[in-house]
Amino acid sequence: MVKRPKKFCRFKKYHIRYIDYKETEFLLNFINEQGKILPRRLSGNSLKYQRKVGQAIKRARHLALLPYVTDLLK
Amino acid sequence: MTNHYETVIIFSPLLSDDDVKREVSKYTKMVTDGGATILEERHWGLRQLSYLIEGKSNGIYYIMEFAGPGTLHQKLEVEFKRDESIMRWLTVALDKHAIEYNDKRRKGLVGKKKEPAEEKKPIVETPVITAPTPQA
Repeated sequence: MVKRPKKFCRFKKYHIRYIDYKETEFLLNFINEQGKILPRRLSGNSLKYQRKVGQAIKRARHLALLPYVTDLLK
Repeated sequence: MTNHYETVIIFSPLLSDDDVKREVSKYTKMVTDGGATILEERHWGLRQLSYLIEGKSNGIYYIMEFAGPGTLHQKLEVEFKRDESIMRWLTVALDKHAIEYNDKRRKGLVGKKKEPAEEKKPIVETPVITAPTPQA
């Protein structure tokens, strides 16, 4: 059995305090190719920052910076 | 006590440059008259939308950050709703981290700086030259 490296919350590790909803390039890290928000189980975010990521993605979607539904986003 | 806000407006792509300027100046005037100070304005210009809004695939983005009283955004919102040239808008209250981030961004400390990503020393395989041992 291969042991995977332990997941970590990149916001905690690199002291990122604010997630800008206008930075779509960065937010793409947290959605899958259908435009769905990835679960914490996959992204490794802490609960605090997962909420902020979710909020930022939803704001970006409202402003048509990210799609609500799509295929082959990446 | 003033709060910081950030407003993003998407104008219809049918507006000409002059129309956009007029619209923008209308709202900046409203904001300054309402007792707020504009900290930053950004014109993103015409951009592709991720999905159709009102049957249009493009929009003109305009972003404004201002500090002012907490009642201002309600007045702005009424105007945004009435304005037919605005397809979508979003006003967000900024917390202390966001203000700090925006300050840094204005000074050019955020993004775009490619971190020097630990310059990996190119591993040059030094050919091991073994001097021929002089044989007696």
